[in-house]
Amino acid sequence: MTTSIVCENVTKTFTLRYHRTIKQVSMAKLRGQETKADFRAVDDVSFTVEQGESIGLMGLNGSGKSTLLKLINGVMKPDGGSVLTRGRIAGLIATGAGFHPQLTGRENLFLNAAILGMSEQETLRKFDEIVEFAELGHRLDTQVGHYSSGQNARLGFSIAIHVDSDIFLADEALAVGDKPFKRKCIQKMKEVRDSGRTLFYVSHAAGSVRKMCNRVIVLEDGRVAFDGDVDEGIHYLHYDADDDEELPDEETGDDI
Amino acid sequence: MSEGLAPPTANNGLLAVFERRYLLKLLVRREISARYQGTFLGLLWSYVGPLCQFFVYWFVIGRILDLHDNVENFGIHMFAGLVVVHFFTETFGAGTRSIVRNKSVVVKMPLPREMFPVASMLVSLYHVGPQLIILTIACLFYGWTPDPVGLLALLVAILVAMAWGTAAALVFSVANVFFRDFSSLVSILQMFVRFGVPMIYPFAMVHDRFGSAAQYYLLNPLADAVLLVQRAFWVGTTSDPDHIAATELPENLMVWGAGALGAGLVALVIAQLVFSRLENRIPERL
Repeated sequence: MTTSIVCENVTKTFTLRYHRTIKQVSMAKLRGQETKADFRAVDDVSFTVEQGESIGLMGLNGSGKSTLLKLINGVMKPDGGSVLTRGRIAGLIATGAGFHPQLTGRENLFLNAAILGMSEQETLRKFDEIVEFAELGHRLDTQVGHYSSGQNARLGFSIAIHVDSDIFLADEALAVGDKPFKRKCIQKMKEVRDSGRTLFYVSHAAGSVRKMCNRVIVLEDGRVAFDGDVDEGIHYLHYDADDDEELPDEETGDDI
Repeated sequence: MSEGLAPPTANNGLLAVFERRYLLKLLVRREISARYQGTFLGLLWSYVGPLCQFFVYWFVIGRILDLHDNVENFGIHMFAGLVVVHFFTETFGAGTRSIVRNKSVVVKMPLPREMFPVASMLVSLYHVGPQLIILTIACLFYGWTPDPVGLLALLVAILVAMAWGTAAALVFSVANVFFRDFSSLVSILQMFVRFGVPMIYPFAMVHDRFGSAAQYYLLNPLADAVLLVQRAFWVGTTSDPDHIAATELPENLMVWGAGALGAGLVALVIAQLVFSRLENRIPERL
């Protein structure tokens, strides 16, 4: 097997500033209050992921999942340690990024695909597939600003999932649109997983993690608190305490 | 999957921007087509704007302040300057806001972030086209014919404004992420630019007022760029171009132009270094 993602002692520190303006800062300094504080969002995280594994990244709100995902996807650079990945990364992090409400769906499709790293040929090749999956039909040539939020999200999702990649990062925003579309999304995600790509799935929904993943990493205050079997991981978080053999509806949370 | 393990962050720097020309092209096209989307006049607006500006300046400065008598073909003199100044201030202003405005992309995708200021510069450059067409048509009415030195002067002027505009946009776009004060500062600087170049007054007047100190005025690269465009268009429309070029323009104008361009390239390198130092903190500060 080949290694897909290697995180070694990854640390990311944020500086929180309590005051923005010169007046607030000087007042706080005069009163002897703190004006800023360092905060470790990701603290000494190490793990290795093999190609084809599907990882469920879990943890409470604010435990650093989102930051870790941004480090893996390359938006952020770690302050300490290193993140290494193999191959192309795609995912549902930047769905609809760069959509311009005044441009048509078609124009936005090409732009968003380019932002996600697709070339012109690749976009042209997948164009029909993307449009068909998004179920936009004739609306493709109207302004995105006139789309409903569901249509907007569908187009974004459809582009993102059609990007060829070796690593796929997903968060819970996966459940977009109406129920039939949601079902289609989950089906598509399973295809992604079964195609041998590495899947990194951030979720609070124990049920879908159980369905999608074969390994769970739990973050707690930026540290890896658990890394291993899916059921044990869910048990570790006490997410299995409540009866949550949930409906697809439960996957609508959009916090990552 | 043949590649090895590598950091997932994007290749950065201006060079990386041109490796992703396709995306750059689409970003520029988005800005251009979105600007006049839903308007009846469409792209005609990029002619209407500069034309109106021209008539206002022409009337207020020329007629009311009476510069028509001192400067031959004052309208051409001024519009030639306006083309460069407008290009620079647009690049500077839109470039400064570019990263904050594209927040949704910047915080989600690892792209070379220089992409956004550069795209703003190219959008502004695109709008230079219609203005040059208006200027050329106006000049033809005055019996102007293009000359090789003039065309070279125009090219150098555009390159000077491009280099300095991009350098300023790079530094200010990242600074604006940290403190939004910078977008306010830009409008003040833009005003200095408008009045710091020989656009609404002739260079000869600077020379009269300051004497030998006028050469320091030429240290302003945009003043050189404006004079170069005036060399390209305005000089040729006057009744005695050789005399005008000798009395109204500084000596060794092309040397000043080359110097401004060289300094602009150095500024670009410095701007890139500043940008690279600060950009790691962009996602968390947006």
